Amino acid sequence: MNYNWNWGIFFQTSPDGVHTYLETLLLGTGWTLATALSAWVLALAFGSFVGVIRTTPYPWLVRLGNAYVELFRNIPLLVQMFLWYFVLPEVLPTAAGDWLKQLPDASFYTAVVALGFYTSARVAEQVRAGILSLARGQRMAALALGLTLPQTYIYVLLPMAYRIILPPLTSEFLNIIKNSAVALTIGLMELTARARAMQEFSFQVFEAFTAATIIYIVINIIVTFGMREVERRLAVPGLIGAKPAVATH
Amino acid sequence: MFANFDFDVIIRSLPYLFYDGMTFTLSLTAFATMGGVIFGTLLAMMRLSGFAPLSILAAGYVNLMRSVPLLLVIFWFYFLVPYIGQWITGAPRPVQVGAFVSSFVTFTLFEAAYFAEIMRAGIQSIPRGQVAAAQALGMTYFQTMGYVVLPQAFRNMLPVLLTQTIILFQDTSLVYVLSITDFLGAASKVAQRDGRLVEMYLFAALVYFVISYCASLLVRRLQSRIAIIR
Repeated sequence: MNYNWNWGIFFQTSPDGVHTYLETLLLGTGWTLATALSAWVLALAFGSFVGVIRTTPYPWLVRLGNAYVELFRNIPLLVQMFLWYFVLPEVLPTAAGDWLKQLPDASFYTAVVALGFYTSARVAEQVRAGILSLARGQRMAALALGLTLPQTYIYVLLPMAYRIILPPLTSEFLNIIKNSAVALTIGLMELTARARAMQEFSFQVFEAFTAATIIYIVINIIVTFGMREVERRLAVPGLIGAKPAVATH
Repeated sequence: MFANFDFDVIIRSLPYLFYDGMTFTLSLTAFATMGGVIFGTLLAMMRLSGFAPLSILAAGYVNLMRSVPLLLVIFWFYFLVPYIGQWITGAPRPVQVGAFVSSFVTFTLFEAAYFAEIMRAGIQSIPRGQVAAAQALGMTYFQTMGYVVLPQAFRNMLPVLLTQTIILFQDTSLVYVLSITDFLGAASKVAQRDGRLVEMYLFAALVYFVISYCASLLVRRLQSRIAIIR
C-alpha cells in the first residue's frame, strides 16, 4: 500500500485556525453525545407513552399506537431527517416556518427531534413487549385492589416492565448513538462529519476514520459495561436473568 | 398548506425515480442480502467453532461492525476499497472502483455482521442432540451443518432474516452521501433541480413506507405459516 501515514496530523491545527484536528474530533464527539442523549430523553418519553397505550383495553388507543409505530418504523431515518428539516418549515404557516429556519443550531434541534421520534417507535415496541411479558394476574390484582388504570401502570406494571426490558433498551441506546451520524446529512458537525471534514482538509483519510472508529468503540464499551452494571443491580430477583442471591453471614 | 402542491413534478419524474433510482435501491438490497446472508452464515459458523482463533476473529469482526455507524463504514470502504483492489490485483496504483462497487461491498460486509448474529441465534436454537445424532451417523462437520443444522436454522430464522432485509432496504438510502442515484438520491436530485423539496421528499417517504409496511405485513403472515409446531 503506497499510502503516506501521518499520525502527527492530529496535533496540527485544523482549517478553523483555533483547534487541532484532535480537538475537532472531540468537539464532534460532544455533539454526537449531546444529540444522542437529548434524543434518548424524547424517545423514552414518547416511546413509553405509546408503548403503554398499545396495551390498554381501549381498541382505538391501541390502533393509534400501532399506527404511530408503523409510521416511524417504515420510513428510513434519513428520509425522516429530511422531512423534519426541509419539509416541515415549508408546510407550516410562513411565520413559524421562517422562525424554524432561522433558529441557531437548527440542524441540532432537527436531529434530536427526528432521532427521538424514530427511536421512540422502537422503544414503544420494547415497552409493549415488556408489559405483555408480565403475568396477566398482576394487572387484575392491581385493579381489584382499587387502583385506577394509570395507577396500575405507574406503580405495578411499568416498574417491572422497565427492569425486564433493560437489555434491549441498552441496545436501542447504542443504536441512537450510531444513528446520530445520519444527522451529518443536514449539516450537524458530529463525530462522523468531523472525521469526513478532517479527511477532506488534510487528505489523511485513514487516520481520521481510524480515530472516529476508535472513539465510537470506546463509547460503546463504556455504555455496554455501565449498563451491564445497572442491569445487574436492577435484575428482578428470581428471574433467569438475575444471579441467585449470594448467602451472606 | 397544499395550495401550491405540485403533483405534476412527481408524475414527470416517475420514470427517473423508479427506473433509475428504485432499480438501484432494489438491486443493492437483493445483492447485499444474499452476500450478507452467505458471509454472515460463515461468520456465525466460525464464531461457534471450537477453534479459538477463528471464533475470536469472527467475534471481533461482528462486534467492530456493530459498534460503528453505517455512514462511517460507507466512508471507510469508499476510500479503502481502491487500496484493497490494488492489494488483490497487484496493480501499481489504487484501483478506481467508483461509488457503485464500493456501496455493494460496504453493504454486504456491514450487513453480514447483523446476519451473522441472526444465524448464530438460529444455529444455537437447534437441539444439541441433532448434531450428536448426525455425527453418530458418520456425517462430517460440513455435512452436519449443510444437511441437518442450517436448513432448520434458516427456517427458524426466516422471519428475522426478512425483517433485517427490510431494515437493509431502508438503510440503502444512506448511499445518498456518495451521491449515488438510488431512490432517495433520484428524488433529492429532482427536488433540488426543480425546487420542489416538499413534494419529492413526501413522495419518497410515502413510497418507502408503502414498500416497508407491505413487506412487514407479508413477513408477519409468513411467520405464522412457517412456524414449526413443537
